[in-house]
Amino acid sequence: MSATAAGALFVASLVIAVALLHRPLGDHLYRVYTSARHNAAERGLYRLLAVRADTEQSWPVYARGLLAFSVISVLAVYGLQRLQDRLPLSAGMPPVTGHIAWNTAVSFVTNTNWQSYSGESTMGHLTQMAALAVQNFVSAAVGMAVAIALVRGFARSRSGAIGNFWVDLVRGTVRVLLPMAFIGALVLVAGGVIQNLSGTHEVGTLTGGTQAITGGPVASQEVIKLLGTNGGGFYNANSAHPFENPATWTNWFELLLILAIPFALPRTFGRMVGQVRQGHAILAVMGVLALASVLLTNAFELGGHATVPRAVGAAMEGKEVRFGVSDSATFGAVTTLTSTGAVNSFHDSYTPFGGMMTMANMMLGEIAPGGVGAGLYGMLVLAVITVFVAGLMVGRTPEYLGKKIGPRQIKLASLYFLTTPALVLIGTAFAMGSPERRASMLNSGPHGLSEILYAFTSAANNNGSAFAGLTVNTPWYDVALGLCMVFGRFLPIILVLALAGSLARQSPVPEGAGTLPTHRPQFVGLVVGVTVVLVALTFLPALALGPIAEGLS
Amino acid sequence: MSAPVLEKPLARTGRAGGLLDPRHLLVALPDALKKLNPATLWRNPVMFVVEIGAAFTTVLAVLRPSFFAWAVVVWLWLTAIFANLAEAVAEGRGKAQAATLRRARTGTRARRLRSGDAAEWDEIGASELRPGDLVVVEAGEIIPGDGDVVRGIASVDESAITGESAPVIRESGGDRSAVTGGTRVLSDRIVVRVTQQPGESFVDRMIALVEGANRQKTPNEIALNILLAALTIVFLVATATMQPLAVYSKLVNPGVPDSPALDANGVTGVVLVSLLVCLIPTTIGALLSAIGIAGMDRLVQRNVLAMSGRAVEAAGDVSTLLLDKTGTITLGNRQASEFVPVAGVGEGELAAAAQLSSLADETPEGRSIVVHAKERYGLRERDLHGAEWVHFTAQTRMSGVNIEGRQIRKGAASAVLAWVREAGGRPADEVGRLVDGISASGGTPLVVAERNRVLGVIHLKDVVKRGMRERFDEMRRMGIRTVMITGDNPLTAKAIADEAGVDDFLAEATPEDKLALIRKEQEGGRLVAMTGDGTNDAPALAQSDVGVAMNTGTSAAKEAGNMVDLDSDPTKLIEIVEIGKQLLITRGALTTFSIANDVAKYFAIIPAMFAAVYPGLDALNIMRLSSPQSAILAAVVFNALVIVALIPLALRGVRYRPASASRLLSRNLYVYGLGGIVAPFAGIKIIDLLVQFLPGMS
Repeated sequence: MSATAAGALFVASLVIAVALLHRPLGDHLYRVYTSARHNAAERGLYRLLAVRADTEQSWPVYARGLLAFSVISVLAVYGLQRLQDRLPLSAGMPPVTGHIAWNTAVSFVTNTNWQSYSGESTMGHLTQMAALAVQNFVSAAVGMAVAIALVRGFARSRSGAIGNFWVDLVRGTVRVLLPMAFIGALVLVAGGVIQNLSGTHEVGTLTGGTQAITGGPVASQEVIKLLGTNGGGFYNANSAHPFENPATWTNWFELLLILAIPFALPRTFGRMVGQVRQGHAILAVMGVLALASVLLTNAFELGGHATVPRAVGAAMEGKEVRFGVSDSATFGAVTTLTSTGAVNSFHDSYTPFGGMMTMANMMLGEIAPGGVGAGLYGMLVLAVITVFVAGLMVGRTPEYLGKKIGPRQIKLASLYFLTTPALVLIGTAFAMGSPERRASMLNSGPHGLSEILYAFTSAANNNGSAFAGLTVNTPWYDVALGLCMVFGRFLPIILVLALAGSLARQSPVPEGAGTLPTHRPQFVGLVVGVTVVLVALTFLPALALGPIAEGLS
Repeated sequence: MSAPVLEKPLARTGRAGGLLDPRHLLVALPDALKKLNPATLWRNPVMFVVEIGAAFTTVLAVLRPSFFAWAVVVWLWLTAIFANLAEAVAEGRGKAQAATLRRARTGTRARRLRSGDAAEWDEIGASELRPGDLVVVEAGEIIPGDGDVVRGIASVDESAITGESAPVIRESGGDRSAVTGGTRVLSDRIVVRVTQQPGESFVDRMIALVEGANRQKTPNEIALNILLAALTIVFLVATATMQPLAVYSKLVNPGVPDSPALDANGVTGVVLVSLLVCLIPTTIGALLSAIGIAGMDRLVQRNVLAMSGRAVEAAGDVSTLLLDKTGTITLGNRQASEFVPVAGVGEGELAAAAQLSSLADETPEGRSIVVHAKERYGLRERDLHGAEWVHFTAQTRMSGVNIEGRQIRKGAASAVLAWVREAGGRPADEVGRLVDGISASGGTPLVVAERNRVLGVIHLKDVVKRGMRERFDEMRRMGIRTVMITGDNPLTAKAIADEAGVDDFLAEATPEDKLALIRKEQEGGRLVAMTGDGTNDAPALAQSDVGVAMNTGTSAAKEAGNMVDLDSDPTKLIEIVEIGKQLLITRGALTTFSIANDVAKYFAIIPAMFAAVYPGLDALNIMRLSSPQSAILAAVVFNALVIVALIPLALRGVRYRPASASRLLSRNLYVYGLGGIVAPFAGIKIIDLLVQFLPGMS
């Protein structure tokens, strides 16, 4: 079997697995978030947190709860890092530097998992488990909660309430992420991912030197890193490290973990609004964009080099031999499409256009299928913008799922759409405007520009993957990227919750022949078109001076 | 009787002829220049940014003059002026009409009665009238203000506001009591109770409306403006943040000489502003307010006055239309459609008797019997001497004639049968069956008898206007449900509803039923439109989302509705819905076009800016534009000219054909989406071919 055919089979089998999984998982999520019953563990937690679990919240209350929880989370993660030398299981690590601790705290709470540090040489086991792994769970649950709240906005009428944040948070963690992570971790351990609490082993190498190999609770961290589209690896090498991702089939399984929840949520959305076909349409938009991106990235990586460099293995630069070009490209595309940010190869070494694809995936706003929860709400906001323009063209005040898209809705959706591009471009401009910040670049010219553009794109879109090459553990980058992560996460969340509140209050307009149908291929094509055109128009100047200039030279 | 409106062409152009007469542009130019005032322009964020850009580049061109810089400066200013021109032209069309209206208003005197029945009056200026004042108006005088006739009857010339020269009757009591200030009494003398506040007369409101003074932005317009502002900010950020990247790119390619587009300080200010202006949605930003004004104007051209733009927009969203049966769906009156004789009587004999009995009957029903007898049986009208006419009364409920010893009657079945029995006749059971049959089919039976003998039954029928079924089918395709409102019994109502093809009907409707129906529809989230003229329609008109009051109606009805139809034609509701939809479609189509245009502009400007430092980027110059300067100028010129090119479309509105949402979308996407992507490639290329010969372009 040729490498291309193997790569195609890898992608095809992944598509089939996701397709088979999305329905039962989507239905499960539907039951989780609509059930009226609390289980014993949850009741205990609610008592502990003094939460009145049967009271629903208006959007400002929901948002306040979410923000308070996140602020406390940032403080906890920051504190655990700074004090880790005085706490057990430190594995001998000193306290983490202030700006790195801030950056890391923000990074894990915002589900970005940008790492300006090297895991095995910075974080003790307690920090890894009690700070980082916990955030891997709850930050993902926060994303799902916001998505579900927005869906409730569409599904409800004349209601002031969009759910209860604490209930959504607890259920997402207890009923979805924990059980799935448990099963996933067992599979990974079976595949060779390590799980222990041992310290550093000194081993002799073949060349006669010694190498320090750090053990740790990797599998439990690894599974939620992927399942929650977090991406923060136990090791600096992330999913390229053999202890995190030992073989082709674990590579495949890790991608399935990444894609499982984001692709199942449209089904949940369809069930909750009472029209499964609406979920199918959203799923189709995500699927079309994702598949196109995976195929293009593969094409650029497999065919992007001239014949001679390809013959000598240029395309393998930055990639693991056990995965090969195609499976690495697929991983690169999937991880950037989902705001995961785990990497099994170095995007910096991709062909200029292959590298551009990973950036473009993030610039889409992490919606195809995006991070857990974040992908769905981002996608729905884009659908709202599409409905607005298209709805006018059918001669009615635009409406989506019976909800009118009026001034307030379009204001919130527009601000949402503005936030991340503004953060990316302004951040990049500030970095590029100063020689000392440019000094962090590894390469000069368009490739160096791409390194900085990538960093801000990744942070503002809460992806967390790095292009590699850029030295980011300087105070300026830690603070700037940290701010991008905070604003890139919480401004959109507040806007989405406000949107949910404004939609929930409306009473739905009944559907008729004059209503724009939002479940047909026509609409799917339109959302894809609007998304691609808007993103292209926003980022083309920056991309032209980075990867495009490099690729066309 | 005919259906006057349906036979009128749908679009009454008249004044609208020559949409973009160069004369109109010239007349509007001073206004367009006045609108450059930043204090007013900031309301349009897109064009405000263009103006700031134009001012900024002017300063740059003064400091470092070059032909290229000045050419760009001129075209940037033209972009802003063209946008203002679009609005000024749209407003100008209303101004002419306002001037005519003003003439009707100025200097009117009023004779105010001192007390209710007094014959004495004071002569005061019309502007001093207050609600409740009684004024007397005689033949030849202008009615000084809006009000209701409380005494007398008069014929009134309302051509000043309706454009219709035939006089109308206005009388106290009933539904024809409302008079409008500025119209002229032609005969007789009436006393009018004033209902308006000074300065808020119908004509005042009409003037404000057609002039577009204090025009409120509609919710949808506000929403679109927000989206456009957001896009403007996105492109502002995209162009501004490009600068450090450009500086760096120039820095790392030290061998590249400075160009008019890029030097060591990055992209030159003129080019940066050009890119920004080309990217922000100037096309729709320039035409948005013109589209709104023109939409209102299209209604005015059809003699409909909308009291707010909100109502026009709501018309596009209407999902339920309540239509009065009489006058809207059917011709005003029932007409004879058939003579059904009883056994043993010839059709001809029945027809002759029916005709004879109706010759003196002046009711529309009676006349229709005579007409039917003539058309169907060739019976001509006769002049009869010595005939004794028996007129219809509410007690006898029949009419007829006594002539040459014959007594012929026609009328309600029970009345006529009783009359026959009175003379010793024994009507056959067959008569009852015929009568029931006609009633069941929705018709009205009139029994014809000659003293003791029943001859047969006349079938009177509501006649549905021509073309209504097709109209309702169209409505259904547009997703609009039509409900017929009638005072008829359910049986009759159903028969007519079936024949006309409406979706539903409300029989034996009282004003309360109507109101309840509207509330029920609205609770289901539907928007309801209706027409009305009587005072008892007022609550329903006020409750409906689009309430069109007939100009012939009472002031209460006109006050309650949010539109007034000066032609008093209830069928026009359908056109109003179409105009509302057309307004939204035009906005959506031009927004799509505007955004789609940007793709080509990038392909023109990005290689023009950066091909010098990264020659590979010249591959993006797929239009093969001759030089960076000509490419940038061509994009700016195209961007400005496309506004002018689209002014007629903005004023006329995108062509609207009733169809399902899905089909409409496909068609508009094809024309304005795909067209919007392709057109600028061709346009910029053509302009480039021309401007490349200008100095300083290479």
